[in-house]
Amino acid sequence: MKHKPFQFTVSPDFAPTSLAGWHIFNTWLQRSLDTRIHLDIYQDFASQRQAIRNDAIDLIFANPYDASMLVREKGFHCLARPGGCSDEVVIAVRGDHPASTVEELEAGMRLASTDDPDVHMMGMIMLEPANINADNIERRTCSSYVLVAKELLSVQSEVGLFLAEAFYGLSKITRRQLRPLVQSQIQVVHHALMIGPRMQHLTETLLQRLQEMPQTSRGQGVLDSLGYKSWEAVEEEDVEFMIDLMDTLVG
Amino acid sequence: MNSQNLEAAQSGGRTFTLHFFDGSSRDVPVVDVEEPYPDGRLIVSRTDPDGIITHVNQSFVDMSGYSEAELLGTPHHILRHPDMPPAAFKGLWDAIKAGNRWQGYVKNLRKDGRFYWVYATVIPNLRRGKLIGYTSVRRKPSRLRIEECEALYPTLF
Repeated sequence: MKHKPFQFTVSPDFAPTSLAGWHIFNTWLQRSLDTRIHLDIYQDFASQRQAIRNDAIDLIFANPYDASMLVREKGFHCLARPGGCSDEVVIAVRGDHPASTVEELEAGMRLASTDDPDVHMMGMIMLEPANINADNIERRTCSSYVLVAKELLSVQSEVGLFLAEAFYGLSKITRRQLRPLVQSQIQVVHHALMIGPRMQHLTETLLQRLQEMPQTSRGQGVLDSLGYKSWEAVEEEDVEFMIDLMDTLVG
Repeated sequence: MNSQNLEAAQSGGRTFTLHFFDGSSRDVPVVDVEEPYPDGRLIVSRTDPDGIITHVNQSFVDMSGYSEAELLGTPHHILRHPDMPPAAFKGLWDAIKAGNRWQGYVKNLRKDGRFYWVYATVIPNLRRGKLIGYTSVRRKPSRLRIEECEALYPTLF
């Protein structure tokens, strides 16, 4: 009897250009594991979190902000992370903004960011040296980093928080009109592929297939479509460390 | 006088004998020159349950002035600055031993005697309910908060 397909989802902050890549990855997953997997894309973090709470997810490319709930409350195991990729944050202003450092920013400003939880949290931490916090800014939440950039260019907002990868992925003409004030160098916060309890029997096979990807032309093609070079295995203690680190930053 | 203390004395600094909770003490060079906290960095370390350093990141190494090899296996109080009131550290240990997080502003001492301010968060690390150590993450504090601490901490001795 055919089993119900496993449910796979991707953190909603993926680059719009990689949507096709995740569908290609899901096709590769099903062939590699010889099982049915359905890719479900959620429009925002809130609806994805609700699906996690409802045990409706079996495999997820997760935002680090959600790693704690997945591992410590829902019994997920961290399999792998994209090789050499970590989540870093850029705080940027329009090119003609008078501030040249974060400390020169002032409370009361309008700040644009997405609902990407780890980027927003790390960005707000980098604003602390200017005594800026959630209570003394006007936050404007955008549905994409392109729209964050537009907020700055149209002077709707004075400061924008970007995932570094997204900032450097903006068009040259847009980026030329913006100026980064600071970029994080945290290095240990990253997205990761996590596997849930119903798929645990496939853990070893999937990890092996992921690590073999660069060795086959098909696997390399899938990696290319995602914009990754490889998958690196993540040890249990490494993800626990990242969760501890995130815990120190939250609240 | 070791080479660090000699260097501190020559650069207008002083030496100070620190006494720790574990009964140990050491002479440290102190130079009243601040090392600015770099933008965008987090200083991260982990210790075992007794406060012995088991992991440091590169930002920790860069800011402390010690090598990674010098730091690993050493009590975390290697960074203790004599201007920090002992009550602050007692509060820290009371909180984390009770399983709670601790946050506070800390003036840290570099190997060369200079200092740097951090906003530190320390949490207990639990694995299957068992304490395996503590993680500490420091971030850049605002100048306003530093000035408040510079006024407050001398009154706490």
